[in-house]
Amino acid sequence: MQGIEKLGEYFEYPFVRYAFLVGLLIALCSSLLGVTLVLKRFSFIGDGLSHAAFGGLALASSLPVMVKELFTAAANGGEMSPGAAKLADALSNINDMVIVLPFTLICAVLLLRTGQNTKIKGDAAVAMLSVGALAIGYLLMNRFPSASNISGDVCSTLFGSTSILTLKKEDVAVCVVMSLVVIGLYVFFYNRLFSVTFDESFTRAIGMDADKYNLLIAVVTAFIIVIAMELVGSLLISALIIFPALSAMRVFRSFKSVIICSGVISVICAALGMTISLLASTPVGATIVAADLCMFLIFSVIGKMKNT
Amino acid sequence: MTEQIICRDLTLGYEGVPVAENLNFTVCQGDYLCILGENGSGKSTLIKAILGLKQGMSGTLEWSGGIRRGEVGYLPQQTMVQRDFPASVREIVLSGCLAGCGHRPFFSKAQKQLAADNMERLGIAALADRCYRDLSGGQQQRVLLARALCATKKILLLDEPVTGLDPKAQTELYDLIASLNKQGTTIIMVSHDPGAALAYATHILLMGDRGQLFCGTAEDYKKHMGGDLYAGD
Ligand SMILES: Nc1ncnc2c1ncn2[C@@H]1O[C@H](COP(=O)(O)OP(=O)(O)O)[C@@H](O)[C@H]1O
Ligand SMILES: [Mg+2]
Repeated sequence: MQGIEKLGEYFEYPFVRYAFLVGLLIALCSSLLGVTLVLKRFSFIGDGLSHAAFGGLALASSLPVMVKELFTAAANGGEMSPGAAKLADALSNINDMVIVLPFTLICAVLLLRTGQNTKIKGDAAVAMLSVGALAIGYLLMNRFPSASNISGDVCSTLFGSTSILTLKKEDVAVCVVMSLVVIGLYVFFYNRLFSVTFDESFTRAIGMDADKYNLLIAVVTAFIIVIAMELVGSLLISALIIFPALSAMRVFRSFKSVIICSGVISVICAALGMTISLLASTPVGATIVAADLCMFLIFSVIGKMKNT
Repeated sequence: MTEQIICRDLTLGYEGVPVAENLNFTVCQGDYLCILGENGSGKSTLIKAILGLKQGMSGTLEWSGGIRRGEVGYLPQQTMVQRDFPASVREIVLSGCLAGCGHRPFFSKAQKQLAADNMERLGIAALADRCYRDLSGGQQQRVLLARALCATKKILLLDEPVTGLDPKAQTELYDLIASLNKQGTTIIMVSHDPGAALAYATHILLMGDRGQLFCGTAEDYKKHMGGDLYAGD
C-alpha cells in the first residue's frame, strides 16, 4: 500500500510521466521491429548497431574537446583563433543526436551489406565493426573527456542512465514523433515486411524490391537504437529488441499474434521495470531487461505445457 | 502457341565460374517443362535466372507473350528458416497477392477472396488458421503452391516441389500440378525423378555437368535416351 501511495506521489511530477511515456513507446517500437529482426536472422544488426551507436555518442561528446585541443596545439600553446573557438562552441552546443543518428544510419547500411555478403565471413565482419566502434568510442571518451567523471559517463552510456528522468520537453517530443513514425511505417508496410521476412526470394520473384525493405528495416532499427539508448543504454538495447519477440514466439503461432503479443509483453515489462526501478531505486535499463527475462522464462514454460 | 520464355545461348555462373553453359530452350503457353539433372548441375540457378533473380554471364533470356515482370508464381526449394516460422496458412497464402497491391498497404476484399478460393482449390481451406510449421510436408507444399497461384495463373516455377514427401503425397502433388497445367497454366518444374517427369511433362530439359544435354518434347526424350531413362540422374 505504501508503495502505491509513493508511486502516486511520483506520478504528480511531469518528468516521471514523460519518462513513462517515452519508455513505453520505445519498448513498443523495439519489440515490433524485434520480431522481424529475429525471424530474418537480422539480430546481428541490432547488436552491431548498439555498439556503433555507443561509438557515435562517444564521438559526439568528445568532438568539441578534440577540436579545442587540436587548435590549441596548432596555435603552439598560444590562444586559439576565434574561429576555432566558435567551432568548438558550436559543436558542444548542438544536440548529440545530430552526430549520433547519421553515424548509426551509416553503420546500419554497412552492417546490412556485410552481414548479407556470403563471400566474406559476414558475422565476423559484423563483430569486427561493432567491437571496433566500442573500442574507438571508449578511447575517444578517455583521451578527450567532456566531463571529469569518465567511468560514470561510460557506464551510463553502456547501461542507461537516469537521464530518462531528466528528459526535456523537446526530447520527449522528438521521441514521441520518432516512435509514431516507426509504428506508422510498420503498420503501412506490415504485409510487405511479412513477405520479405517469410520468403525473400518469393518476394523478389513476384517483382517486389526486397532490398528496399531490407534497407528500411536496417534504417528503422538504427532510429530505434538511437532513441532507446537513452532508456536502457547501448549494451542492453538488444535485449529490449529480442526478448519480447522470442517470448511471444514460444506461445503464439501466427505472425500477427506474435507481433501483437510481443508488443504487449514489451510494454508491460517496461512499465513493470520502470515502476520497480522508481520504488527500489534500481537502474532503469537493467530492471526492464530483468523483467523481460522473467517474462521469457514464464512464456517458455507456457509454451512447453501447451505442446505436451 | 504463344512463346513465353525464349532462352538463347545463356551461360550461368557464380563469380565468373560458369555452372551451366549455352542453354537454349523455348517455353510456350500451356507447356509443362521438366528440368532434370544431377545435384549441382545448376537447375535452381536456372530457375532464379528465369525469375530475374540472377543475371546471366552471357546469352539472352527473354520474356514475351504479354507477361509483366512479377507475373509468375514461384515455389522455392525449401530452406530451414521457413520451417520454424510462426505464420498461419492464411497469412502465407495471402502474401502471394502482394504483387497486385500496387501502393495500397492492405489487401482488398477481392484478394482475400482469391486467397480463399486458392486454398479451396488445393484442399487446404480447413487448415487456414493452422500454423505452417505444424503441417506435414505435403500440406506445406500445397500452402506454398496456393500462394504461388495467388500471384498469377499464367506461369508457375516449381523447384523440387516433391522432395521430402512420402510417395502418396508426391503423387497427389504431381496430380494437382498436372490439373493446373490442364487448366492452362504453364509449368516449369525442377525434378529428380525422370519417371514422373515423363509421366506428366510435355517437354524435358536435361542438364549435365557443364550445360544442357537434351532439350525437347517428352517423346523425343524417350527416343533419345533409349531405354535408359535414368542416365541423366
Ligand atoms: N550463391 C552461390 N554462390 C556460389 N556458388 C553457388 C551459389 N549457389 C549455387 N552455387 C553453385 O552453383 C552450382 C549449381 O547450384 P544449383 O543451381 O543450386 O544446383 P541444383 O539446383 O541443380 O542442385 C553448384 O555447384 C553450387 O555449388
Ligand atoms: Mg536445387
